Amino acid sequence: MSKYTEDDLREELKTKEYEYGFYTDIESETFPVGLNEDIVRAISKKKEEPEWMTEWRLEAFKVWKEMTEPEWANVNYTKPDFQAIAYYSAPVAVDPNKTLDDVDPDLLAMYKKLGISVDEQKKMNNVAMDIVVDSVSVATTFKKTLGEKGIIFMSISEAIKEHPELVKKYLGTVVPTKDNFYAALNSAVFSDGSFCYIPKGVRCPMELSTYFRINQAGTGQFERTLVIADEGSYVSYLEGCTAPSRDENQLHAAVVELIALDDAEIKYSTVQNWFPGNAEGKGGVYNFVTKRGLCEKNAKISWTQVETGSAVTWKYPSCILKGDNSVGEFYSIAVTNNYQQADTGTKMIHLGKNTKSTIISKGISAGKSQNSYRGLVQISSRADNARNFSQCDSLLMGNECGAHTFPYIEAKNKSAQIEHEATTSKIGEDQIFYCNQRGIDTEKAIALIVNGFSKEVLNKLPMEFAVEAQKLLEISLEGSVG
Amino acid sequence: MLKINNLHASVEDKGILKGIDLEVKAGEVHAIMGPNGSGKSTLASVIAGKEEYEVTEGNILLEGEDIEELAAEERAHKGVFLSFQYPVEIPGVSVTNFMKTAINETRKAKGLEDMPAKDMLKMIREKSEMLEIDRKFLSRSLNEGFSGGEKKRNEIFQMAMLEPKLAILDETDSGLDIDALRIVANGVNKLKSKDNAVIVITHYQRLLDYIVPDYVHVLHNGKIVKSGTAALAHELEAKGYDWIKEEVNA
Repeated sequence: MSKYTEDDLREELKTKEYEYGFYTDIESETFPVGLNEDIVRAISKKKEEPEWMTEWRLEAFKVWKEMTEPEWANVNYTKPDFQAIAYYSAPVAVDPNKTLDDVDPDLLAMYKKLGISVDEQKKMNNVAMDIVVDSVSVATTFKKTLGEKGIIFMSISEAIKEHPELVKKYLGTVVPTKDNFYAALNSAVFSDGSFCYIPKGVRCPMELSTYFRINQAGTGQFERTLVIADEGSYVSYLEGCTAPSRDENQLHAAVVELIALDDAEIKYSTVQNWFPGNAEGKGGVYNFVTKRGLCEKNAKISWTQVETGSAVTWKYPSCILKGDNSVGEFYSIAVTNNYQQADTGTKMIHLGKNTKSTIISKGISAGKSQNSYRGLVQISSRADNARNFSQCDSLLMGNECGAHTFPYIEAKNKSAQIEHEATTSKIGEDQIFYCNQRGIDTEKAIALIVNGFSKEVLNKLPMEFAVEAQKLLEISLEGSVG
Repeated sequence: MLKINNLHASVEDKGILKGIDLEVKAGEVHAIMGPNGSGKSTLASVIAGKEEYEVTEGNILLEGEDIEELAAEERAHKGVFLSFQYPVEIPGVSVTNFMKTAINETRKAKGLEDMPAKDMLKMIREKSEMLEIDRKFLSRSLNEGFSGGEKKRNEIFQMAMLEPKLAILDETDSGLDIDALRIVANGVNKLKSKDNAVIVITHYQRLLDYIVPDYVHVLHNGKIVKSGTAALAHELEAKGYDWIKEEVNA
């Protein structure tokens, strides 16, 4: 009988190249490598920022210089040389005054390769999209439609100029500059990102979406996202990420801040598909991200993430449940293959009364990868009747990967109800044979089993992205069972 | 339909099947009986193409074609169906979704388009009614939390959906109460035609009251040691297997 051996699998895995690994040759303006006060000033100047913003950056830079890179995560990597990275790179053809029709045809061709032709996006999907290539926001579609509802959706650079009062009021309030090493770095050098404001009582009529891509070699991407949902409003926001295949490691250190005022709801979904490195573990993106949301009274923030990319991931989308009756949710699928390492999870900080949080984490490890869930549930002394439910499931493929769970619980209020469930399972040969016997080949069987395992989280994604995410899971794991 | 010649098979170098000869023609029902450890389930797995089993001698022909080199899914595409003794659980995958995938993968292998959703629904409705399966059951995760009877009924439901040429029922009666047994057996009988064949593997004669076999074979120590008609099953029920063992050893 023809046997599908371990070697066949390995061979096949090698040929599965990163689908988004092309590099587009567009003229870019890139700053010299290295980081000092002058570079920080130069970024700020380049972006024609007001004085207060420059000062804010310099303050962050000062803090960052005194900090050291965190080492507590369950990951091993060569620390980036922060003086060997270019902190600003922009496609030259971008001129903020141009309309979409004037965008560099090479850039448009690149979006097409990414499957996100802006025109098409406009027509076919009810999705407003902001695209960030390297450091600069290139096009924001749907601006007009949103404007009629009073919704502001633009690059953060524009927002600093056009809505300084909002940016000044909220920037750094959820993730302070000194929060952690990468957040401080981001605060000093962030070059672009998205800004979104939903006015009181407005339900955003479409999904808002940002697409991030690192194109230029030797650059870092430090985007900054700020979403403010005013009282009683609702918004669903999605970000997607890709990067070209490169031998060297690229750094991505983003900060996302969400503010949900009284009775507001923010749904934030991420599909992260940064280049994971090749089969030997060379190259790939370091994804060191700080994401946090603040919930006021009766507000709700829901994070959903599908993480399949990056060589190293360090990411804990969190909720501060400050207002009474506020709700925080975290739904995550993290897939690691080959030599990928992920240390990801969430923090649910219960400050208000009757606050509720739910954590559903699905980790899938294959190859020689390491996949860790790290979560904190903290109940403060005045958070009466706080409730949390956590479920962390791990699925292993083969014998060389690892799954780890690090749940931390700190309860200072006796009325708290905290539940934690965890399971670890392995895709069994019996399951595969059962599928085979019904005419389903091994690749498809794995996809089916993984999708079943991830279903609770996939269901939380907006419909059009759930399909994409499902495909992404299949691609990431093709040929990975041993 | 199926022709097995001098089949020897082993798992981890331990010989289990030691020269099986069996011919099953279209329209026939064969029962394979035998004590525990005689190799009944191994025979089923080897026909279905389970990788751990190595065929060391002999061959298996399906409609004249040697299927030795075919992977399990390819055999399935050619119409081999195995109703498992212990169906596995696949959490998060509904019975419907699983069936949809199985049918469409088989169609794809034959160069056909996916089955239109409308046809699929109609088929699901018909087959689930035939097997007295509650519609809610179809949205549950495959075999997860199913009772023994539900698992077996689900296997026969899948058989009904996939319409195989050769169905092998491995201990389908175990874990069934008398009502479930009747429903399952009726289902199998309705699916029987002159164009397909059924191999029933069982330890007891009970199931054979409902699915009446044309031939009964007794497997002992990796060999078919006795063949006969339905009457043989009754004899085994009355006398047990010891007399056969003695006959063989004599």
